Amino acid sequence: MGIEPLTAGRAVRVLLLAAAFAAAVMLLTPLVGPARIDFWKAWRGEFPDAQMFFGVRWPRTLLAMLSGGALALAGVLFQALLRDPLATPFTLGVSSGASLGAVLMIVLGVHTLWGLPALWAGAACGALAVLVIVVSVAAEGRRVSSFTLLLAGVAINSIASSLIMLLHNLATVGQSFAIVHWLMGNIDPVPAPTLAGLALVVLPVSILACAYARHWNLMAVGEEWAAARGASPQRLLLGGYLAGSLLAAAVTAVTGPIGFVGLVVPHALRLRIGSDHRVLLPASFLVGGAFLTLCDTAARTLLSVELPVSVVTALVGGPVFIFLLRSRRRSLWL
Amino acid sequence: MSVQFELDQAGMRYGGVAVLEGVTLRFPRAELVTLIGPNGAGKSTLLGIMAGLRRGHEGRCLMNGRAVSEWRRRDFARLVSFVPQTLRFDFPFTAEQVVLMGRTPYAGGFFDSREDWLAVQEAMEETDTRGLARRDFRSLSGGERQRVMLAAALAQKPAALLLDEPAAFLDLHHQLMIYELLRRQARAGRLVIAVTHDVNLAASFADRVVALRAGRVAADAAPCEALSAERIREVFGVRAEWIARGDGRAWIAYGD
Repeated sequence: MGIEPLTAGRAVRVLLLAAAFAAAVMLLTPLVGPARIDFWKAWRGEFPDAQMFFGVRWPRTLLAMLSGGALALAGVLFQALLRDPLATPFTLGVSSGASLGAVLMIVLGVHTLWGLPALWAGAACGALAVLVIVVSVAAEGRRVSSFTLLLAGVAINSIASSLIMLLHNLATVGQSFAIVHWLMGNIDPVPAPTLAGLALVVLPVSILACAYARHWNLMAVGEEWAAARGASPQRLLLGGYLAGSLLAAAVTAVTGPIGFVGLVVPHALRLRIGSDHRVLLPASFLVGGAFLTLCDTAARTLLSVELPVSVVTALVGGPVFIFLLRSRRRSLWL
Repeated sequence: MSVQFELDQAGMRYGGVAVLEGVTLRFPRAELVTLIGPNGAGKSTLLGIMAGLRRGHEGRCLMNGRAVSEWRRRDFARLVSFVPQTLRFDFPFTAEQVVLMGRTPYAGGFFDSREDWLAVQEAMEETDTRGLARRDFRSLSGGERQRVMLAAALAQKPAALLLDEPAAFLDLHHQLMIYELLRRQARAGRLVIAVTHDVNLAASFADRVVALRAGRVAADAAPCEALSAERIREVFGVRAEWIARGDGRAWIAYGD
């Protein structure tokens, strides 16, 4: 039993395939919806197809692509750094921090903060606060270990969750509805500047993370292994944590916590293409984005009411993942 | 490029307990050195200090005249390679990908160069792991894993190899094969330092044997001297005897 080696040729093939899949999803999903859109009319700029396509559905598709891509990539990164296949972008507490910030804004009844929607600003501040707390708790002297990082993250996670429950308990019925809606995670339409801001965080951080792919390979094996192959585990651990947290925080601030993408997409891809992060990271971004876009399309079209997208990611992703596990078990790829 | 190590009063404490103390050793030339000693004698710690993996040690540990901790990791890894005893993998990497990781200190671009692939092929040839290339590392046996890890270290093209019990899980054939390989590496101008518990492997292959006991150097000499019956009793507390094999070569028998 053998596995096809990941040569440069195969890596390029895999990435081109993933890119083509993502591009097709990006072009086709905006056509799906209650109002029919003719792609060529939209392309020629005819009313109302162009306005529907580029003004309403396309930004939503872009938001889902960016969010799904960032979450899947952050998942890969955290799984490698913590050497924990069950790690997700939310394991280290960033998203509960974001949620706490957003929920606080809802309960305080603040609508705008520094000219930004208060939900996003609050979520970003909450995520940042958690980032600082986790790193300072995890650092023993000047050393950070993946183990203390994990423990600090789990502790912060549960503290933030309890505070959210406390706030939820104190909230009015109207606020309570807003809180639950936010905590479910949604790809709601967002204004163009927000989308641009998200892209300005997500794209550079993702590209930077891909540039260090060789080093994530080493870190996924072990810190001593990495050190003995010429890498600096301390710097990689901290840098990778910051990169993954930035991605998770930026996305969560805009969409709320969307689960499962950061867990199921990386593992499904590892089953197919292995763990070489040079291919795994970019492929996770492309496929993760496409996956979330498809789930969001299903969420807004399947029933007459819009479903929370996290319900769809889990309902679609779970069975697909179990199928993949079962069909590949004999070849020992998981 | 050759590698020389110089340890001066090197020591290590974990929570106030000294596991290594006052170790002064010189490794000035290419040779095969085996490091022996009872469990907890500090063998792995010594190797870890030399590989730059144990920070905050006492005394000095110099590689080519400069403290190990002051080397840039990438430059250090081109000269010195460390092979751990075991590795636990949580993710699917093929054996070939694991060997390819040894090329990281030379990585220039995003993809692997022709030179990288040649080094990988050669290293897998030498360790008899070509047939495992496409297997998932996690599906390999303990001995197969050790050979793949050694291949990764060889692909790194170091001038010094530090190995923590490279033959611990190997079958008899591969034990001999690996030690012959290590001896060839030493003859080719590399410094090879290997921890072992097998006194006969140490006696028949090593140029020099360093014995540790309770964190201190108990012997540092040629095998016949460092592994003499008295020394073995001193270091391990076990009765030993040099006997002649049928072909006239010496063999160390131990136990009552």
